[in-house]
Amino acid sequence: MDRIFEAGQRGEKVRSDCWVRLEPRASGGLELSVQSKVETMHGDAVRATCQAVLETLGVRDVGVTVEDAGALDFVLAARIEAAVKRAGLGNGASFLPAPGPGFGARTTRERFRRSRLYLPGNEPRYFLNASQHKPDAVILDLEDSVAPPAKDAARVLVRNALRAVDFGECERMVRINQGERGLEDIDAVVSQNVHVILIPKVESAEQVQAVDSRAEKVRLAAGLEGPCLLMPIIESALGCFNALAIATASPNVVALTIGLEDYTADLGAQRTLEGRESFWARQVVVNAARAAGITPIDTVFSDFADTEGLRQACLEAKALGFEGKGCIHPRQVAVVHEAFAPSSEEVEKAKRIVLAFEDAERRGLGVVALGSKMVDPPVVKRALRTIQMAEALNILPKDWRTLGAATPTRGKGDQGEHS
Amino acid sequence: MAGKSVSAGLTENAMGRQVPEVVNGKKQVPYGGVHGHRPGGRKAAPPIPTAADYPAHGDKRVKSLADALGACGIQDGMTLSTHHHFRNGDLVANMLFDVCARLGKRELMWFPSASFPCHEPIIAHMEHGVVHHIEGSMNGPLGDYCTDGKMRGLGVLRSHGGRWQAIQDGEVHIDIAVIAAPCADPFGNANGVHGPAGCGSLNFALADSLYADRVIVVTDHLVPFPAIPWQIQGSNVDFVVCVDRIGDPSKIVSGTTEITKSPDRLLIAERVARFVRDAGIMRSGFSFQAGAGGTSLAFAVYLREMMKRAGVKA
Repeated sequence: MDRIFEAGQRGEKVRSDCWVRLEPRASGGLELSVQSKVETMHGDAVRATCQAVLETLGVRDVGVTVEDAGALDFVLAARIEAAVKRAGLGNGASFLPAPGPGFGARTTRERFRRSRLYLPGNEPRYFLNASQHKPDAVILDLEDSVAPPAKDAARVLVRNALRAVDFGECERMVRINQGERGLEDIDAVVSQNVHVILIPKVESAEQVQAVDSRAEKVRLAAGLEGPCLLMPIIESALGCFNALAIATASPNVVALTIGLEDYTADLGAQRTLEGRESFWARQVVVNAARAAGITPIDTVFSDFADTEGLRQACLEAKALGFEGKGCIHPRQVAVVHEAFAPSSEEVEKAKRIVLAFEDAERRGLGVVALGSKMVDPPVVKRALRTIQMAEALNILPKDWRTLGAATPTRGKGDQGEHS
Repeated sequence: MAGKSVSAGLTENAMGRQVPEVVNGKKQVPYGGVHGHRPGGRKAAPPIPTAADYPAHGDKRVKSLADALGACGIQDGMTLSTHHHFRNGDLVANMLFDVCARLGKRELMWFPSASFPCHEPIIAHMEHGVVHHIEGSMNGPLGDYCTDGKMRGLGVLRSHGGRWQAIQDGEVHIDIAVIAAPCADPFGNANGVHGPAGCGSLNFALADSLYADRVIVVTDHLVPFPAIPWQIQGSNVDFVVCVDRIGDPSKIVSGTTEITKSPDRLLIAERVARFVRDAGIMRSGFSFQAGAGGTSLAFAVYLREMMKRAGVKA
């Protein structure tokens, strides 16, 4: 029995994580050795957690070494469970950390999804402060930002994080893997109050439906209310051609987005800043989404040091009809929010439309008119959404109606909170 | 390495944080909220000196730092303080503890206004028991030593204002203050303005000079009485020691401090700036001092933005 099984991370720069080394033995019970950076304050608590986890997992005759770099309990538990599973030990049980505050957070179909912050699923240190940067959503990623050898460990970690980490008002998203592995991801995490599943590399409606029914099954078994929402990612030529079918594959699809790195590779094209090679694909996504009545979301901007480039990319995306962009770095969130915020002209126009709409309602008129022009229901709906965003961003005070037409619309720079 | 959990002996402060009740043998006052703590009592004070104990001619020079420490009655367990106006170019703190080691003194508490990577030799003094622990910021190797739990006492960090307050209110009792002075006269008047090691001000040593039991001025640039201007008043000084070099002013600008890139630290900086604005501290004519670290630089940038938008001038 000379095999060693390991999980987690170790090294000088590791923070908020730990490394677990497991040596199965023939007998002798548990031998636990913990070296912790926070030995003085938390050493005993760390040891107690390790023991509790190993006991719950039904692991008896092992030598376990833990090198702790400030890992919280849910991380310790995840790393131990990953090592135990790799060793084929234990009774197949899981150790589910106690649910933290924010575990019961709810979402709505209609909420803003301007910014979604990607969190690599094997890096616990990014989870902890993610909600402080106030993205509309966080994405716990099990797919491309996790190296293949770490995907099993990331799955346990993400499951635990969904329970224990408070993501505040951010929508809770998980990007699953492709294919069968993705369905197994659903089995492992969806019962932990996942709001939205990001489905990578979608090429057909059937793929969406497979995810949808698996998620439904898991939620029913877990006794959870409400469906799991879906956001397919189009990342190939075939995906583009099937975009409308994908967008309408299920009533749970709320948004459609595009992944340009893989798409460009699929085309055999060169990725350029101007993006001519992907223009059609982005147009397809916008059109399919709007035709399906869902939200089109643009791809990420990879140069996180280039703030001005990001802003320009957001303005361009907004002009094309996109309503948001993925974020790969917390400092992108504020820029995205500001760029997608309605301009003062848009807000003024929206105010006029909404006032006309409410006036028509009050007078029992079936038609909304602004001067001599008719205003269609979809336009009214968009105007209402613009007002909603302006209020949420403090560009418009909530009582703007009573303050009269002369209410000044504040400049974007005056937002108190970059929310 | 055996460790003890310190969950016993913790109490909750006004911010809901768990804080220790006793630190390095001293009972602590947990933070009581804004305006929540009114100390009462009287300020600390040094012992009353008698003119008979000082040279009639006012020349307080002694031959060496060792002599000065001996004359101050240095003993095991005393608290010795220094300032950090030379930042990473300081020579006096290391000199001081080398001398203490030679004198066979042990278990001393070092109370610097800050320490730097150049103070790495103090680690050896801690390992040999000359220094028991440090209360003051610890940058570089000293910080690592402390973080690794190797320091015997508990490290205590204070803000610059907090250090002054701790000295004034008697929370920290300085037995001997050793003040490196770029310019001093034989009476002990000192400033940081003149001399080859000119560093500007000696503000960080001011409280030490007022409240320490004994004060030693160490200089490499002696001038005839009176040293003008005097920031350290000679009447608070017991001994003056002349040495070849007290510090390297070229090392005062220690490293290039760049604005932080860490998203979490930028968030902290932004929130501090917002706090300064929303608490009404940012108003026309206000003054502030920011630190030199990466987060402080970011804070200054955010604050400048807010000041510009509000039309406020500091």
